[in-house]
Parts: sequence; C-alpha cells; structure tokens
Amino acid sequence: MATVTDVKVRTGRRSELGLLGLAVAIAVLARGLVDYHADFLELDELAFYAAGWTVVALAIHLAIRRWAPFADPVLVPAVLGLNGIGLAMIRRMDFAYASRGRETDFGGVQTVWTLLGIALALLVILLLRDYRLLRRFTYTAGVLGIIGLLLPLVPGLGTEINGARIWISVFGRSLQPAEFAKIAFVVFFAGYLVTNRDTLALAGPKVLGMRFPRPRDMGPLALVWAAAMLVQIYERDLGTSLLLFGIFVAMLYVATERLSWVLVGLGMFGFGAVLAGTLFSHVAVRYTAWLHALDAEVYRSGTSEQLVRGLFGMASGGLFGTGLGEGRPDLVPYAESDFIVASIGEELGLTGLMAILTLYVIIVQRAMRTAIGTRHGFGKLLAAGLGFAIALQVFIVVGGVTRVIPLTGLTTPFLAYGGSSMLANWIIVGLLLRLSDQARRPEEVTA
Amino acid sequence: MNEPVRRLSVVVLAMFLALMVAASYIQVIAAGDLNADARNVRTLYREYGTFRGPIVVDGESVVWSKPVDDPFSYQRTYADGPLYAAATGYYSIVFGRTAIEQTENDLLSGTADSLFWTRLSDLVSGETQRGASVELTLSAQVQEAAASALGDSAGAVVALDPRSGEVLAMVTSPTYDPATLAGHDSAEVNENYQALLSQEDGPLVNRAIAGDLYPPGSTFKLIVSAAALEAGYDADSELYAPDQLELPQSSNTLGNYGGESCSANEFQTLADSLAMSCNTSFANLGMQLGWNLVARKAEEFGWGEQLSIPLAVTPSVLPDNPDDAQTAMSSIGQFDVRATPLQMAMVAAGIANDGVLMRPYLVDSVRDANLRLVEDAEPEEMSQPMSRADANELTDMMVQVVEAGTGSAARIDGVSVAGKTGTAETGTDERPHTWFVGFAPANDPVVAVAVLVENGGSTEGEVTGGKVAAPIARAVMEAAIAAQGGS
Repeated sequence: MATVTDVKVRTGRRSELGLLGLAVAIAVLARGLVDYHADFLELDELAFYAAGWTVVALAIHLAIRRWAPFADPVLVPAVLGLNGIGLAMIRRMDFAYASRGRETDFGGVQTVWTLLGIALALLVILLLRDYRLLRRFTYTAGVLGIIGLLLPLVPGLGTEINGARIWISVFGRSLQPAEFAKIAFVVFFAGYLVTNRDTLALAGPKVLGMRFPRPRDMGPLALVWAAAMLVQIYERDLGTSLLLFGIFVAMLYVATERLSWVLVGLGMFGFGAVLAGTLFSHVAVRYTAWLHALDAEVYRSGTSEQLVRGLFGMASGGLFGTGLGEGRPDLVPYAESDFIVASIGEELGLTGLMAILTLYVIIVQRAMRTAIGTRHGFGKLLAAGLGFAIALQVFIVVGGVTRVIPLTGLTTPFLAYGGSSMLANWIIVGLLLRLSDQARRPEEVTA
Repeated sequence: MNEPVRRLSVVVLAMFLALMVAASYIQVIAAGDLNADARNVRTLYREYGTFRGPIVVDGESVVWSKPVDDPFSYQRTYADGPLYAAATGYYSIVFGRTAIEQTENDLLSGTADSLFWTRLSDLVSGETQRGASVELTLSAQVQEAAASALGDSAGAVVALDPRSGEVLAMVTSPTYDPATLAGHDSAEVNENYQALLSQEDGPLVNRAIAGDLYPPGSTFKLIVSAAALEAGYDADSELYAPDQLELPQSSNTLGNYGGESCSANEFQTLADSLAMSCNTSFANLGMQLGWNLVARKAEEFGWGEQLSIPLAVTPSVLPDNPDDAQTAMSSIGQFDVRATPLQMAMVAAGIANDGVLMRPYLVDSVRDANLRLVEDAEPEEMSQPMSRADANELTDMMVQVVEAGTGSAARIDGVSVAGKTGTAETGTDERPHTWFVGFAPANDPVVAVAVLVENGGSTEGEVTGGKVAAPIARAVMEAAIAAQGGS
C-alpha cells in the first residue's frame, strides 16, 4: 500500500525574495550615486529604473517559483547584485567618456544584454526540465564547442581586436563565440568523463610515490591540450586557452579523483606556455609586460601601459575608494570592460573589490554545493564544471589586472561590458538553477 | 565524487584568496609608491583638483587658488605676479612648479607629513583635503620699493633683516608674470613659456640667488677689511697705497678706479682706503694677509655654502690657490671671486648684527586650512665671522663710506647708513656691474641690503656703484625703516 507523505521542504523562496530586494536596492542606489555625481540625477528616471528592476526581480522570482521551485535561493540574488553594480559602473564610464567628448551608450546596450541574459536563463529553466537530457548531446556539444572556438579563425568572419582573434562579427555586432563554447565544452566534458571515468581512473606507473595514469589514456587530455595551445598561438588568447584547459583538468580530477591528472595537466600547460613564450614573440611580449610591468623600458614600449594604469587607478582608490563617480577610471583603457575590476577598485576601494570577489565566491560555492547535492555523476560534473568555469574566469581576469598572472582579454562575468559574456554567463545561471532545483527537490517518498 | 568537489571548492577559495591578497597589496601596501610614480597622471589631476593653499605676504595672499569650472577645478591666481615671481615661482600644468610653489609643495597641496593631524580631522569632519598657507618673510613695502627703484635695469636686490635672517625683499629684474604660465590651456602656456625662454635677458632667471654669479668688485673689500681687523689691523692702520701697484710675477700694474690717486704720500689708513675704495691699498693688503685668511673670512660669511632658503642658492665661489698677482686682483673682488646678490647681503647682515651671521630664510610660518600654526620659523645663527668689536669698527668705517666716500648717494636724512660701493669689471667691453652693499640704521640695523645692477643698467654715461646702485639701496633701506616704524 502506497501512501504519499507530505514532506515539508524549505525551498528558500522567501529568503530569495528578500535577497532579490537587497540586490535591487544595491543596483538602484549605485545608479543613483553615479547619476548624482554626474549631476544627472532625475528622481523620476531613477524611480523608473527602480521599478524596472523590481519588475525583473519579481519576474525571476515567479518564474523560479513555477519552474524551479527548489532551486538555490542565493544564486540569482548574488548574480543580480553583481550585474547591478556592473551596470552602474558602466553607466558611470559613459559619463566619464562624455565629459571628454566621447559619446558612448555602453550602459544602455549593457542593460539590453542583461535583460536578454535573464530571459535566456529563465528560458533554460522553462525548456530544460531535466538536465540529464543534456547528456544525450554530449558529442554534439563537443563539436559545437570546437566550432565555436575555431569560428574566429574563419577568414571574413573572424575579427581581430587588440591583437586577439577571438571575435566574430554577426549582423554588425562583435561576438565572442568562446564564451558559448565554454558552456558546450563543460557539457561535453561532463558527458564524456562520466562515461569514461572508470577507464581514466585506472592506475598506471607509480612515480615518486604517486600513481600516474596509463599513457594510453592520455589521449583526451592531449587533445584538449593541443586545442588550448592552438587557441593561445593562433587566436592569441591566453585567457580562453587557460580557461578551457583549466576547466577540463578540474573536471577530470572530479571525475577520476586522481591528483596525478592535475599534476600532469598543469605540467603540460606550463610546458606549453613556456614553449609558446619562447617560440612566439607576441606571447613573450605578454609575459614581459606582466613580469616587468613597471620597468621604464617596458612601460615606454606601451605593452604594459594599460596594466600599469590600472594599478595606478586601484592604488588611488586605496582602502575605501574615491566613491562612485569621484575617481578617474577613464584614465585606464577599456575601463568599462576588461578593466572594470580596476575601475571598481578605484571608486569602491579595496573594500568594494573584496565585496565583489566575495559575491563570486558565494556564487561558485553555491555551484559546488549543488554538485555535492546532485545525485547523478553527470550532474555533479556539470555543476562543478560550470561553477569552476566562473571561478577560473574571474581568477584569470582579476588575476590579470592585479598581476597575479599575465593579462588576458577575458571578461569579468556579469560585471564587464560585453554581450556574449553576459548571455553565456546567464545561461550558466539558468543551468545551475535547474541543477540545484533537481538536487534539492525531495524525492517522492513512498512507503 | 563529492570529495574531489570539496577539494575543488578549497582550490577555488585559494584562488580568490590570491586575488584578495594581490588587490590588498596594490591598494594598500604598494599604493604609496604607485601614487608617487611620475607616470601616474592621476596624482597630478588630484593635486590640481584639491584646494592649494595661498602664499601670503604681510598677511595678504599674493597667490591663491580660485575655484573654476574646468577639469582642474582650481585656477592658481597671482596678484602682483611680476613683483613676487622670484619668490613664489609659478605653478603650471605643463611646466610643473618652481621656487616656493615647488619647495613648499607638500604643504601647499596638503600632503606634507606635518599636516597629518589636519588631514585626519578633515577626514572626520568630512572636509576635503585642503592645502596649508605659506607666509613669507617678505615685506610688501620693501619688496615694492626695491622693484620700483631697480626699475627696468637688469639686476637684483636682496634685503635681509640682519637680526633674524628674514628675507625682506628679493627682487630680480627683468621678471615675468607667473599667471601667464598658470593657465589651463596647454598650448597657450607653452607659447608664453617659449616666449619667456627666447628673451635674451632671461626673465625666468632669479638673479638674486640663482642666476650667473657676479664679480663683487670693491664690495669684496669688506671681506678683506674684516680679515685685516682680525689680523690686528685697525681703522687707522696705514696701508701702502701707491697710484700704481706693481703686481708680482707679472709686468702688469694695478691702478685705482679712473686712474685716481688715493694718497699724496703713497700711504692711506684702512678706513680712508675703504671710504675712497682704493684698489692698490686693498690689493696690497690682501697679499700681505695672504689668500688663506681672506678666503677663510669669505667662507665664514657664506662663500661656498649650499644654502636653501628653502629656494636653492647657488654657492658663491673663490679662486683656488691664486698666486700673488691673482690674490691682489681677488682682494678687490675681481679675478675668480664670484658672488650672488644674496651673498653680498649676507656680508652686510653679518657686519650689521655685531658679527653674527643669521641664516637667511624666506618662509616665516605655515598654517593649515583651519589656521592652526603648523610651522613657525626660528631664526638660526649660521656663523660668527667677526668679533663684536671688529664688526663695530668695520661698521664705523662703512658709515664713513656713505658720509664722506663713494657711497654718498645712499645717505638718508636723520639716519646713519653704513655701506660699500662696488664697480666690477666684467672682463668684456660691456659696462661694469655696479654694486651697493649696506645696512641702516648703522647703530641699530633693521635692514641689510645688496643691490646689483648689471652693466650699470639704464643709467647714462659713466656708471659706478655709488652712482647707480647706492640710490636704489637707499630707497630699499628707507622703505624697510618705514615698515619697521609702522609695524
């Protein structure tokens, strides 16, 4: 005899609503500050903005209640908070550029991208009712990922901006297909690894007390390594290269639980990076600009100028920052996109930057928590992979700006100006919502 | 697979920790160095964007920052720019800073260590950083008198308060208007600067302290006299004073100014030699005393010293190991003896202050934006080149120069003036540089002055220190005495 017992589960939807309110408040207040310091504050316009955000937040809330009622309640508010701060900062850059006679509407465009991104995330939870469906498309995703990665190399389609060939122009807009390829690869890796993890986990020779994988199982790793090297050399994009390879190694480790894979992977990447640095001058220039950024000669050659200007900006912000709209972030090239972190460091100070980084930590940790709570191997790998993708991307960008690693051209998720990144990262949010919804949904208990 | 996910979370935390450490390093630990980096235009913008303190003379701002509506926020404004240019310098977005604007920049911009408490209290009370005001020792009356007396002639005037070392006047001519370099239109500023640079008479040069060094001519006889008094001579000591002095190891002879005779019997007292500015007697006296003694006396009065008032002063120079003939020429302030007008004012001040030379200084006090006293200059003894008795004896001799000698044009009614003229050959076909060095009142000096007029200035005909420089010195001393009486 089967009876359905009523199990009370805390979905956290009400906490989410409260947190969403906080995120909206941050977004609106930040914009209000920016407008105020630009002598542009019109209260009815700000009220309209606040109303708009409230509607969007409510829409997200209702959509999640309906389509993913058990989803993680912290994820979306954290992302929305970052997005709101990013929009305010980008609008602030519009004002800065305007005062120097350069008319831009990055803020307006980015608002559209944000709305599209949110729509895509909701579309994901609406259409994808079970993430396990994705596993069917493992190899399709792999092919899509490779196509996305190679698109910029297609003559006539790919465009080179600032020395990196990672863009394609579609309908007059520049897109970064690698941002989307990133998601496809995570799906592919998850599907591939969950199938082959047993083989890959087989022990091989023991070196220095540690079991290494069998050489014949090295094939996939070598392939991804080659792809990453190709990207670094031909698309001149160390960031994407490091990102893809890093995601793969991390997921490989999660799948096989073998640290030796990580060591082999890191060793291979390090070897490749050093090799590229010796063989290709454009790679070497980036390394020099990183290691000797402040040297008079390197600075004069212009290769480290952007980086150093970013450092100057952050230094001038100090502990508490100049205040939104009070600094001079426009003195750093690409202050609204690649260097938005430096702009935030300058105007919101170390305190603000720490808060931003903490928001990222929260997002990533929620993804990891989801991975742990998910019952299926594919889901675990997917959640961990997506979470690590965000973490690694932030690390690569912010690390580049703060001189932890060489500077690359990746965008800061949810913060930086750029449509591809905004859409792709909101899709990741959608996927994580779906994953966490399934992870936290109580199984129908039958007795 | 949960265990590796947990470990991955730890790796992620470590990655973010690395970012946080790097950000802290940049924004806190290395921030000072980065902010001070010369390539950091931000620092410049911020500096221009903060209220810069005024430069004050006699309680009134002669330089101040006026709020304006442009990216620089403030316009540096100069009242009487040309009059005070030598002291204040300029503050330019293109060419940086000079003089007080440069040396006191930390205080004016509000970043000096001594303003720490001010910054802290401003932070608490929500005030933005404001610079301190710098009050100069200059006296507006004396400065104006010096500038107007010097007029268009190229030259310099320095007036000191011999009791403290305060610089009462520092005038250099020709001068310029710092306002023309302080504008916010770089192209225009650049044009004005190039125009000043291309002027041959060098208006940007501060002749009083940092221009070319000048041969002091007969004013250097004060140093030789001081050395002689120390060596036991007195005012009445008879000196060998022929019409023509044969110079040792040389076929040349030295005569007096204009070929005049100092004495009917080839001998003259030290006092009268000074009053008449005999070349032959002092040249011979210098050789008798030996260059070492004269040079030591000069050094005690400041020759060779790297002074900072806080403007950097070019050290005055002496010849190295001159032979007898060169010693003779050096003793009348020719050959390789060179001095700044400030140095000559210090000679007068040292004698005036009973033989005690006070260190000259230009900054009287510094007050923060809340008018709290941050720095207050203390007069400081620099050296004692003469005994009180010798100084008083030399003073009496210098009074004779004005009362009965070459410096009669410096006489002031009712005040006894001490002085010495100088007419220094430049070694070229140009007219000689004319000097007057002196102080007043002789019995209780309130001002010591040195006047230099390059090549006799605009005076027509034959030029001498007595004719060209002495009247300027009189005007300056009168103004200083009046200013003292008034205060």
